[in-house]
Amino acid sequence: MSEPLLSIKGVSAFYGSIAALKGIDVEVMPGEIVTIIGANGAGKSTLMMTICGNPQAREGSIVFEGRDITQLPTHEIMRMKIAQSPEGRRIFPRMTVYENLQMGAATAEGGDFRSELARVYSLFPILEKRSSQRGGTLSGGEQQMLAIGRALMSRPRLLLLDEPSLGLAPLIVRQIFSAIRDLNQREKLTIFLVEQNAFHALKLAHRGYVMVNGRIALQGTGRELLERPEVRSAYLEGGR
Amino acid sequence: MEYFLQQSINGLALGSIYGLVAIGYTMVYGIIGMINFAHGDIFMVGTFIALIAFLILVAIGITAIPLALFLMLLIAMLLTSLYGWAVERIAYRPLRGSFRLAPLISAIGMSIVLQNYVQLAQGARVKTLQPLITGTHTVLDLGNRFVVQVSNIQILIVLTTLALMTGFTWIISSTSLGRDMRACEQDLKMAALLGVDTNRTISLTFLIGAALASVAGMMYLLYYGVIDFHIGFVAGVKAFTAAVLGGIGSLPGAMLGGLLIGLIETYWSAYFSVQYKDVAAFSILIVVLIFMPTGILGRPEVEKV
Repeated sequence: MSEPLLSIKGVSAFYGSIAALKGIDVEVMPGEIVTIIGANGAGKSTLMMTICGNPQAREGSIVFEGRDITQLPTHEIMRMKIAQSPEGRRIFPRMTVYENLQMGAATAEGGDFRSELARVYSLFPILEKRSSQRGGTLSGGEQQMLAIGRALMSRPRLLLLDEPSLGLAPLIVRQIFSAIRDLNQREKLTIFLVEQNAFHALKLAHRGYVMVNGRIALQGTGRELLERPEVRSAYLEGGR
Repeated sequence: MEYFLQQSINGLALGSIYGLVAIGYTMVYGIIGMINFAHGDIFMVGTFIALIAFLILVAIGITAIPLALFLMLLIAMLLTSLYGWAVERIAYRPLRGSFRLAPLISAIGMSIVLQNYVQLAQGARVKTLQPLITGTHTVLDLGNRFVVQVSNIQILIVLTTLALMTGFTWIISSTSLGRDMRACEQDLKMAALLGVDTNRTISLTFLIGAALASVAGMMYLLYYGVIDFHIGFVAGVKAFTAAVLGGIGSLPGAMLGGLLIGLIETYWSAYFSVQYKDVAAFSILIVVLIFMPTGILGRPEVEKV
C-alpha cells in the first residue's frame, strides 16, 4: 500500500478551553474521496480548519506528503497545495468572479493562470458568464461553484470541501456532486469531504468516517457505512 | 465671487492634506477594523523627518530646491513608513485576536508615546522652516481690488496628491498586492486559506498608510512652515473625521471627505469666524451621520448571507 497523502494522528484542538477535537485519527490516500459525516457541532468543520492551521492542533500530528504541517501558519500550509472550499463558501463579496478566481491562484507560482481558468470554466460554465459580476450578487449555487472553482485554481493535490451541498436546491446539489466525482475520476484529485448530506456523501466516497462529539465513532468504506444500522438510523432515515 | 474662488483654492490645498492622512485611517479600519489613533502622530513624525532631512541636506550642500525637495520626500516616506510598520508590529499585532477595545487603547498609548518621544528628542518649542517654494500666479483679475491667486505650493500640493491617489488607486485595483489587501479587507480568514500571508499584508497596509501620511506631513511643513510635537492630534482628528464623513473603509470616500473638511473649514473661517472652524467641520460630520450613518460613500454593514 502507498503512503497516505494526509495523515492525522491523535489530533486534539480547542476553542479556548473547550475541546472541539478529541484525539482524531484519519488517513487520506492519494486519489481517494474520503468523507466525514456527523451531526451539527460534531467537529467536522473544526477538523477541516485544523488541517489548515486555524486553530492549530494542540496535540497530535498532521502530516501531508510526508511533511509535518501541524505547527505551520495557515498561509504556508495552503502553499503546499492544499486548498479548501470552506463552510459558508466565503466568497469575496465585493470582488468580481474573475478576481475571486485570481485570488484562488495566489499560491500557484509559475502555474499557467489561463489554462487553470479554462479548466474551471469548463467545469462550471456559469462562472464564465458571470465573470465580471461581483461575488456577492451570485446565487447560493453559483457561489458554491465559485468557491470550489477558486479552490481548484491553485491546482491543489488535496481538496478540502466543507458542506458543499448546504442550503442548495437538489438539482444544484446533484450538479456539484457530479463535478466532484468528475474531478476525482478524471484528474485523480484527492478529495476530503465534510457533509451533513450523509447519503450523497457516502455514495460518492471511497471511505468514510462518522464523527460524534469530537471523536471518530465509526469508519469504513462508503458502502459499509451506508449499510450500518446505527448510521442509517442516525443520519439517513427520516426524510432523505 | 473672487473671494469665494480664492477660498476654494485654499480649501482644496488643505483638503488634499487631510485626504492623504484620511486614507491611512480608512485603510487600516477596512482591513483590521480598528481606528489607528496613532496615525495623526505618524503624520507629525513625518513633518519632523522632512524638516530634519532638509536641514541635513542643506548642511551637506544640496541646495538646489527641486533636488532637495525630492530627496526630502524620499527620506520622509521611507523613514515614516518604518515608524508606521513598527507601531503595528509593537502595539497592534500582539493584540490581534484579543477583544476589540484592546488595540484601540494600545493605539491611544502609542499616540502618547510618539508625541512625548518627539517632544523629548526635538524639544517642545515650535520649529519653523522658511518658505522654500515661493511665487504665485494670478488666476483672475477683474480690475477691482481683489485678485484670485494660486501659489506654487498650492499647485504642488494638489498635483502631488493627485499623482499619489492615481498611483495608489492603481495599486489597489490592479496589482496582486492590492488584490490581497482587498481580500484581507473582505475576509481575513479566507484570504489566509488562499495562501495570503495576512500579517505581511497588514504590515504593508500600515507601511503605505504611513508613507502617504508622511507626504501629507511634508506638504504641511512646506505650506505652513511651523510644526511642533502636538500638531498630529488636531490633524489626526480632522483626517479621521474626513474618513468617517466619506464613509470609513472607502478609499474614494476618504479623499472626498478630506476635501470636504478642508473646504468647510476654509469657507467657515473666511465667512464667519476662524475660532469656530473646527466646530463647523464637526457639526457637518454630525449632520451627515444623522442622515447617512455610513458616511457619504460608505456601504451599509449588512451583506453576507
